[in-house]
Order: sequence, then structure tokens, then C-alpha cells
Amino acid sequence: MAGILVYALHDDEGNFNKNSLGAISEAARLAGEVGGEAAALVVGDVADDACASLGNNGAAKVYRANSVPQGLAQPIVDAMAKVIQDEGISYALFGGGLLGFEIGAGLTARLNAGVTMEVTAVKVQDGKLVAERPILQDSEIADVGYVSEPGIIIGRLNAFDANESGGTAEVVDVDVELSEWSTKAKMVQRGEQRGADVNIEDADILVGGGRGLGAAEGFKLCEELAESMGGAVAATRAVVDAGWYPYAAQIGQTGKTVAPKLYLAAGVSGAIQHKVGMQNSENILAINKDPNAPIFEFSDLGVVGDLHKIVPKLTEAIKAKRG
Amino acid sequence: MKICVLVKEVPDAAVQKRIDPNTMRLDRSGEKNLNPFDTHALEAAMQIKEGGAIPVEEVVAVTMGPDSAVRALHKAVALGADRSVHLSDDALAGSDVCATGYALAKVLESESPDLVLLGQQSDDGECYTIGAVVADHLKMPSLTQVIQIDVSDGKLRCERQAEYGYDTVEVELPAVISVGDAINEPRYPSLKAIMGAKKKPLDSKATGDVGIEAGQVGEGGSKTKVLGLNPPPAKEAGEIIEDEDTNETVEKIVAWLDERKLI
Ligand SMILES: Cc1cc2nc3c(=O)[nH]c(=O)nc-3n(C[C@H](O)[C@H](O)[C@H](O)COP(=O)(O)OP(=O)(O)OC[C@H]3O[C@@H](n4cnc5c(N)ncnc54)[C@H](O)[C@@H]3O)c2cc1C
Ligand SMILES: Nc1ncnc2c1ncn2[C@@H]1O[C@H](COP(=O)(O)O)[C@@H](O)[C@H]1O
Repeated sequence: MAGILVYALHDDEGNFNKNSLGAISEAARLAGEVGGEAAALVVGDVADDACASLGNNGAAKVYRANSVPQGLAQPIVDAMAKVIQDEGISYALFGGGLLGFEIGAGLTARLNAGVTMEVTAVKVQDGKLVAERPILQDSEIADVGYVSEPGIIIGRLNAFDANESGGTAEVVDVDVELSEWSTKAKMVQRGEQRGADVNIEDADILVGGGRGLGAAEGFKLCEELAESMGGAVAATRAVVDAGWYPYAAQIGQTGKTVAPKLYLAAGVSGAIQHKVGMQNSENILAINKDPNAPIFEFSDLGVVGDLHKIVPKLTEAIKAKRG
Repeated sequence: MKICVLVKEVPDAAVQKRIDPNTMRLDRSGEKNLNPFDTHALEAAMQIKEGGAIPVEEVVAVTMGPDSAVRALHKAVALGADRSVHLSDDALAGSDVCATGYALAKVLESESPDLVLLGQQSDDGECYTIGAVVADHLKMPSLTQVIQIDVSDGKLRCERQAEYGYDTVEVELPAVISVGDAINEPRYPSLKAIMGAKKKPLDSKATGDVGIEAGQVGEGGSKTKVLGLNPPPAKEAGEIIEDEDTNETVEKIVAWLDERKLI
């Protein structure tokens, strides 16, 4: 067995996901060490040159499963399982993202294969891949090896950077027969944008609000603070799911990735899925009433206290200072 | 229909979790609790049962874990489950995700549920994957991180946030659904329910009772192996301010921002 297969996720317009491209580059690097080639699997009616362009990130081959619908995991499990078995592929690799977790998990059952998730780095030991997985709120990193092939590696969001090597991939069409149960879930609507279309990616200063704001109205405090500094407001999934703030402002695994000069978190616990979207901010300041909140583990300045007391006064002080 | 809810016993949030360096497994001594994420799955089951859009004969809490996991089942029953099933066997110790998903699928198979509900993650393992593993073994459609379930015409209409925004997905039964914590606000058990929990039926099953092949579970049946543990790259510890006098706190924050030319 040899080679590494990556699932290349794309949106409805056919744009490949940055994390998938990163996984392809990582697969190419690893294949160079363990042997075999890096390949990608694409589902749906994606044009030849779009598929071939994945060669630029390191894919030698792209398997295209034309008839397989995108957006749901189980049909893609059928496609990946077939290619892995037919081609004798040793590892499946996924960039961060929700679908990668579901596809990787489905493959685990289908192929009776070991799986490691939230992987931040992959290394080679004795000709085999070993996945580095942070555990227990990132306080330890476990080196996880596979006792048999194939092995499944689900990366953490933004773990792998996309490199451009300038190649072109060979495109191979594959016929996939869907399992009966893979056809029992149907996408009714994909990628609905809930709430206003706000821009957080271009802001130098972001004030991130979380469940600690207490209610949708709490975001007023964040907006006033952001305004006093000339910044914008971002949010956690918890408050977006609750309908307190627009999805476009969400940072994290299923939201945006940002790296502003200042990220000021108010009432945000700092869950891994949030952290992965903002940990590269230049300065991180957190206000949280719980001294044990995980966010203090990766803040430059942590303020333990009630945001409802601190934020209004901070806004006033900044306004006064800026005149 | 019959709903099975998968629940797990996890170390209490207040307990400092650590890995036992000898076994490379989580040290499970100390206070334990029902995985808080699973209370959302139980609540979702109760709301489907009480909602009446589809008749629910039974809600069954199912766990795999050591003897102490019985307490998590008692909590699940206090939250509304009609009875519970405990898969417990020394042969299961050290199972990885692949082995755990297989074993849970086997015990579920013996119950023939129409719907399996799970939490979004276990508080200790944080794998986010058991639902999709179980679903493929059971040959059922599945979806994770679901924050809205509506039942109509014997089908589920589910909503969840994925990579590109919110997806709405129609899922036929039988199905396996992991729910996100935004789906509901779990109820508190009544004192009466807590007192009565131990009287509700609890079935204990060993691997042989549900047709689990011993070679597929436990440390020996696992397909991954923890080879070592390392500390994360050292990061300079941040400064911490405890807010005692808010005016002073704010002054310190402004000075900090000013020093970094952020205002
Ligand atoms: C597959 C998956 C994908 C996910 N994707 C994302 C994602 O893209 N983005 C994301 O953000 N999350 C995501 N999550 C959810 C994530 O795990 C957390 O649940 C979420 O980030 C928590 O949001 P929060 O910090 O607002 O809420 P909580 O975790 O509830 O934290 C609220 C914090 O506020 C503090 N607080 C309360 N009151 C006050 C007060 N008065 N003053 C100061 N502090 C106070 C509390 O101490 C607490 O720390 C995802 C989860 C999964 C499983
Ligand atoms: N040992 C177990 N017994 C029963 N259910 C479990 C077990 N482990 C995980 N689960 C279920 O799977 C969900 C996701 O767990 P995980 O994939 O470990 O993050 C949990 O919320 C539980 O509903």
C-alpha cells in the first residue's frame, strides 16, 4: 500500500477550500518521505482544469467522482473508501472543517481504520506517519501511530499551509456506487448566511463577544468598545447559533480565520474551535470572570472580572484618551 | 418509535484531567459526571417525545464504560430516559475511536432504535466523531452538530452550521444525529425523578451478549496507539489582572493598549 488521499472540499461556485489545499501540500510533503503519491478526491461536476490545478498544491492525481453530491459526508465516504481500496492507499488526510470530521469518522467504520482528529502536525517515524494531537485543552500533545493501514488523519483548522509547486494533476474519473444509507439524507439548503453581511477580515482591531455577554443586547457593549478604537465586532458560534449576532462575524472552525493587531475577547471561553480562528492575532486581550477560562492560556493580557462592569468604563476611558 | 441516547461518564469539569503515563490513558480517578453535552441529546429526545409529531414509545440511555458509569445512566434516567443499557466489560478498556464506535454500534443493534442521538463531543475525549462511526456501522444516515430537529412525515428536518453557513438537511429514519449544544436548554431533573432513577430498568451487557468480537475492541483491537506524550511548545505566559477596583483595572488596560500602540 502506498500514497495519501486528501478530500478537496469546494463551495457551490467551485472554489477549493484553503484548508483542503493545505492538506494536499502536506500530503505531498509526507508522500515524499513515506513513498507513493499525494492524490485528491473531488466530488461533483468540477471542470478538468479546476481539478488539474490541484497539482499546483502538490496533488499528482485527482480522482473525480462526478455523480457524488457534495455537502454531505456519507456519499463522500463511499467515494473515498472505493478509491482507497481500489488503489491501495495508505492514509487519508483531511484539512480542518466539519465535513472532514464526518467523512474521516465514516471511513474509520467502513475500513476498520484508526483515526486521529484535531491533528496539528504529522511526522514520519520508521516509514510510517505519526500524528500529533493536542489533548486535554491543548495541555499535552499525544503522538499517535497507526497499527494498520489505512490510517485516517483529520487536521485541525489551519494546521497545514498550502504551498504552490506549479504542477498539474492527472484527472481520473471514478464511478462510485452510493451505499443505500448514503442516499437517505438530502441537502435542502446549503450555506445559508444568517444575519447581516459584516466584514471582520479587514479590521486591525476586533472585539469578540461570547455567551458571557448574557443576551443579544450585550453586543451593544462590544460595538461601543469597537467603535471607540476604530475596530469591528466578531462573535463565537455559541452566540451566532443563539441568533445574537450575524454568522458573517463568527470566528473559528466553521467561521472565519482572522489575525488582527488586537483581538479583545469579552465573555469568550476560548474553546479550541474558536481559538483556531484567532490564535495568530498579534495581541490577545481577554476579559472573563472565570479565572480558569481556557482563553487565559493564550492571552497576552487576561483580565479576570465582570465584563459588564469593565467594558463600559474601558470604552469611556479610550474615548477620553483619543479625544 | 424508539430513541436511544448515547451518554458518557466523564471526569467532572472541576477535576484537573491528566494522562496516566504508564497506560497512556486518561486518569479516570476523581469526581465524575454525565458528559454535559449529552444532556442536550437527552433533552432533544424528550422534546421529540413530548412534541407528539411522532409517537415515541421509549427513550433508552446507552453507555459503554466501567462500573462507575452506572451513575451517568442514573442521571440520564432522572432527565427522562425510560430505561438504560450499560455495556461494560474489561475487554473494552483502552478502546480507541474505531473500537468504541464498533462496540457502541453492536449494543445499539441489539436495541434496534429508530433514532440514535448523541452529544456534540465528549468532555474528556473531544473526538467529535463517535456519531458518524456508529452510523456507518448501523448503515444509517447521519449528521453531526445539529441545532434544530423538526419531525414531519416520519422524517427529520435538521439544521446545522457547516463550513459555508447554515445547512438544512432532510434525514430519513432510522438515523444517527449528534446535537450541538445550542439545540436546547436542558431541564433540571426533579427531586422525584432523581429519587426514582435507580428503580428504572438497567440492563448490563458484556461484549458476548451483543456479539462484539473480542479481537475488535480494547487496546488489542484498537487501530491507533499513543506512542508518547509531549508538552506543547512553551509560550510566554500572559499578564493577568484581577479586577478589584475597576477604575484601576481600566487604567491598566489602557496603559497596556497604549504601550502596544493599539489606541
Ligand atoms: C465541530 C464544532 C465546530 C465549532 N465551530 C466553532 C466556531 O467556528 N467558532 C466558535 O466560536 N465556536 C465553535 N464551536 C463551539 C465551541 O466549542 C464553543 O462552544 C464556543 O466557542 C463557546 O462560545 P462562548 O465562548 O461564547 O461560550 P461559553 O463557552 O459558554 O463561554 C462563555 C464565557 O463567558 C464567561 N462569562 C460569563 N459571564 C461573564 C461576565 N459577566 N463577565 C465576563 N465573563 C463572563 C464565562 O466564564 C465563559 O468563559 C464549534 C464546536 C464544534 C464541536
Ligand atoms: N463510551 C461512550 N458511551 C456512550 N456514548 C459515548 C461514549 N463515548 C462517546 N459517546 C457519545 O458520543 C458523543 C461524542 O463523543 P466524542 O466523539 O468522544 O467527542 C458523546 O457526546 C456521547 O453521546
